[in-house]
Amino acid sequence: MIAQKLNTKDTGKANNTALYTTGVAGEPYLTDLERTAIDHEVAQVPYKSAAVIEALKIVQQHRGWISDDSVGAIAAYLQMSPAEVDSVATFYNLIFRKPVGRHVILLCDSISCYVMKYGDLYTALQEKLNIKFGETTGDQCFTLLPNCCLGCCDHAPALMIDNDLYKDVTVAMLDCILKKYT
Amino acid sequence: MERPLTQYIHPGCPPFDLREYEMTGGYAALRKVIGSMSPQEVQKLVQESGLKGRGGAGFNTGMKWSFVPMGENAPQPKYLIANADEMEPGTFKDRLLLEGNPHQLIEGMILAAYAIQADISYIFLRWAYKKAAQLLRKSIHEAYTAGYLGKNILGSGFSLEMHLHTGVGRYMCGEETALLNALEGKRATPRAKPPFPQVSGLYGKPTIVNNVETLCNLPHIVNNGAEWFKGLGNGKDSGTKLYGVSGKVNKPGCWELPIGVTVRELIEEHAGGMKNGYRFKGVLPGGASTDFLTTEHLDVKMDFVSVAAAGSRLGTGTMVVMDDATCPVGFVHNLQHFFAQESCGFCTPCREGLPWVEKMLLSLERGHGTAEDVEMLQMHTQLLGPGNTFCALAPGAMEPLQSALKYFREDFEKHVELHKCPYG
Ligand SMILES: Cc1cc2nc3c(=O)[nH]c(=O)nc-3n(C[C@H](O)[C@H](O)[C@H](O)COP(=O)(O)O)c2cc1C
Ligand code: SF4
Ligand code: FES
Repeated sequence: MIAQKLNTKDTGKANNTALYTTGVAGEPYLTDLERTAIDHEVAQVPYKSAAVIEALKIVQQHRGWISDDSVGAIAAYLQMSPAEVDSVATFYNLIFRKPVGRHVILLCDSISCYVMKYGDLYTALQEKLNIKFGETTGDQCFTLLPNCCLGCCDHAPALMIDNDLYKDVTVAMLDCILKKYT
Repeated sequence: MERPLTQYIHPGCPPFDLREYEMTGGYAALRKVIGSMSPQEVQKLVQESGLKGRGGAGFNTGMKWSFVPMGENAPQPKYLIANADEMEPGTFKDRLLLEGNPHQLIEGMILAAYAIQADISYIFLRWAYKKAAQLLRKSIHEAYTAGYLGKNILGSGFSLEMHLHTGVGRYMCGEETALLNALEGKRATPRAKPPFPQVSGLYGKPTIVNNVETLCNLPHIVNNGAEWFKGLGNGKDSGTKLYGVSGKVNKPGCWELPIGVTVRELIEEHAGGMKNGYRFKGVLPGGASTDFLTTEHLDVKMDFVSVAAAGSRLGTGTMVVMDDATCPVGFVHNLQHFFAQESCGFCTPCREGLPWVEKMLLSLERGHGTAEDVEMLQMHTQLLGPGNTFCALAPGAMEPLQSALKYFREDFEKHVELHKCPYG
């Protein structure tokens, strides 16, 4: 359930407005870069709304997460209602509806990693970063999330940080891994 | 021993590029098919080979294709989709094929597309497989450049587009009709069947969804024939199978072996036996949604027919071993946590039932459970069982639970009796 916590609706206005809205407070918009990328996706599908997942991915890539304003902007651009866009955005656990840190740690909590004691890694990460699943460090560097099977169960326990996969992870390795991102 | 799928895969080394793939016989099957076989002949060949889907359900692949409308009047376009979502906990076999030999998958997809005369193909890849995404992008580009993809492939008049789609999470995307919804930009909830995707799939057009491993077998079946493929198996099924073992064994890993090796052989020979100090207690033979097998089943052959006869399913063929120091209640709780979280919420028994199952298991594991809880869990294995939910997720979730209640009942009862987990 915790995985979905980040995925629930949140305005997150405090972090968002300054950077990503126009002069008119709260006016949703997409940047030219985002629009070009979305147009490219729209061209490959039979109707606009079929590109909504791609659009969410694109906007998240640029902004780190999907704010209410981003939902509104995507909805307007793809001629959907914001509720429709949000129903898709909240379904997929890797579309973030709340701000995340600069790096997202996904710790596998599925069965092979359970047997190989991912719990020890979780305890150590909680101590080192002072956050629990679903939380972000005070310096905005890391967000820690549980994730289901990463598909490398023969090297359990496993975790991913951004695009990097770490296998056969031990508590002793954590400092060295985290250092790369700080 | 023949290992057609993995003979050119050397973990740690980069996979073959197009030229290397061609030098080892790559795309010969495509040339053969395009030059000398009709789509129906390809369908028949694959049907006769006895290839069964490697995505979990084990349905005859050629048969599955035969329901696609063919000929001039068939709806256009038709779609072929490679299911590379691989999110079943404990499963890591398609990753090996995707990272180890991307051209093999692409060739297999073109063959399948030819057999059903598809116009457009997609690889639905899970987000986590970053390396595979990069390799597939490069390989698809190479195949286009060489004329194996695109318009009028090798001058045959047959054309095929191929796209890579990467997901944004959720186990449900692997269920084939939910996958279609995800590709259409919707929530990944399953669709009612009928109509089957073969008739009305992606955007309402005829669609085949096949697992990565299934598709990778096709070039070899075309090159070597149905009889050769049948001869590869050890038990009641055809071909080889990618098997995996994870858990507290000495050498966890993934190997291609004749379909039908025994559970014992996999664990003791290939996975090097249990780690020092641990004993085998049970195993999920084919991923999180398969029934436990125990010590009495060590000589069961890992083929579709034999595993089913032993009361479980071959599933994905990648097993998770449970050792004697791991609490079965905690183990099953972990599984049910996963299923409850991944339920798409579309139908009530699954959406409401799985969280309760998870809660009851947690309270048992913490020593707060009662004998009635154990009965209630037993009841849920029926309530969420086959026929009572909209898709196979919930019945799949009940498989490890019902078999744990059967084989490890004492462990459940101990938790009630002692008011704590006996495993500490
Ligand atoms: C909840 C759920 C998840 C599934 N996930 C996958 C998956 O990740 N990969 C896969 O190939 N099949 C998956 N399947 C099975 C597919 O629905 C489908 O049967 C399979 O892709 C068909 O390919 P095949 O005939 O080649 O086996 C899943 C099924 C269910 C019910
Ligand atoms: S069984 Fe579960 S996953 Fe399947 S449709 Fe019902 S709620 Fe969704
Ligand atoms: S269970 Fe953790 S990687 Fe598969």
